[in-house]
Amino acid sequence: MEHLHVQHAEHGLGLTLSGVAAIVLMLCLAVAYLRGVRHLRRAGRRWPRARTAAFLTGVGLLAIGASPPLMQAAMADFRLHMLQHLLAGMLAPLGLVLGAPVCLMLRRLPKKLVLRLSGLLHSAWIGFVAHPCIALLLNVGGLYLLYLTPLYDAMHASLVLHGLVHVHIVLAGCLFTWSVLDGPDPVPRRHSMRLRLATVFIAIAAHTLLSKVIYAYGLPGGVHPQEQIEAGAQWMYYGGDVAELLLLIAMFARRKHTPGAGDFFRDAPAAAST
Amino acid sequence: MTATGERREATARWAGPVHADLRRSLQAGALIGIALMAGVDEIIFHQVLGWHHFYDRATPAIGLMTDGLLHAAELIALVAGFFLLAELRQRQAFDRARARAAFFLGAGGFQLFDGIVDHKLLRLHQIRYVDNLLPYDIAWNLSALIMLGIGLWLLARARKPQPGL
Repeated sequence: MEHLHVQHAEHGLGLTLSGVAAIVLMLCLAVAYLRGVRHLRRAGRRWPRARTAAFLTGVGLLAIGASPPLMQAAMADFRLHMLQHLLAGMLAPLGLVLGAPVCLMLRRLPKKLVLRLSGLLHSAWIGFVAHPCIALLLNVGGLYLLYLTPLYDAMHASLVLHGLVHVHIVLAGCLFTWSVLDGPDPVPRRHSMRLRLATVFIAIAAHTLLSKVIYAYGLPGGVHPQEQIEAGAQWMYYGGDVAELLLLIAMFARRKHTPGAGDFFRDAPAAAST
Repeated sequence: MTATGERREATARWAGPVHADLRRSLQAGALIGIALMAGVDEIIFHQVLGWHHFYDRATPAIGLMTDGLLHAAELIALVAGFFLLAELRQRQAFDRARARAAFFLGAGGFQLFDGIVDHKLLRLHQIRYVDNLLPYDIAWNLSALIMLGIGLWLLARARKPQPGL
């Protein structure tokens, strides 16, 4: 235990700085988004308020998750680490994805960049990772790697690894949410509700199983005391339920409104607010 | 009278709204019944009473995995059931009598499944951690059978042609 405290002290400044950098980035994203919306409104085009609210909630939750005090505390307390995981990997991505930032960019950017962006969205690589099954693997598979291998321990020893893991959690969360919601940002390929529901079914089951496995068998390495791990595993279980219920509600709410096979640049009409 | 008219009249003599979607009304009721019972289990027995344990150190690995799958199915049933209900009501195709019957069948079916498969076969957790578990198991499964009975009775009643229509 002793060596870990020394490591924490060494990482203190680095953690604080990376947290501050993340918050600044979130602020920039929020400002850019709001400017985009204002620009559209001025041009007489509509942008659903629900999307703005969803996006701002998303960046807000990420900023809370990345705030230096929580960062520091989460290093030592597994429950707070779990809270971060719920915020950064599940709840914030739902807000960010429902905010449809790519739709906003597509309407705002010059034509040349729009073409490039849509080319990127149509690229084979994005098409591959945006398949619900691959997104599921990257998202929940990453969690299995994190909690069942020495990666969790290693993350506490290396600031770079710590940063990479958290960036992965956020990006994989967004990718998964976007993929199973089938939008509202344009997706490379539409997938049936049945396939997407089956993916969410496996995701919930795998998340539930992982939380119980953590509760039952603990984490590799001895970073946290057992009672903290048990409490954290329960936070993961019940917090995950809340996030997954919201995701399911968004999926069903969007279903009616999603236009059929379609026009790539046409937005799925809003209503996808949580 | 046209063929459609006759059929429509025949449907009207049958219980429920003229264009009732009987199959989906049953589905909606069953999904909500299952999800509600699962919610009662989670809220009352796990959280309020604290009788059930999150994990009781006797659960085999296969039990944990099945538990995950069941839990996922419950969450999806909850959301799907309510959206199906809303959709049926919106297009005035909701058959209340059948949905009510299916609700009890779903709730009772889940309770019985929970009592036999989850508690006994998979040994996920027990109803309460006491010396003599038998009365608890009997009460649990009996309540399931009562709900199933109510469901079957309601279904039989819903199927009977309503007099005066």
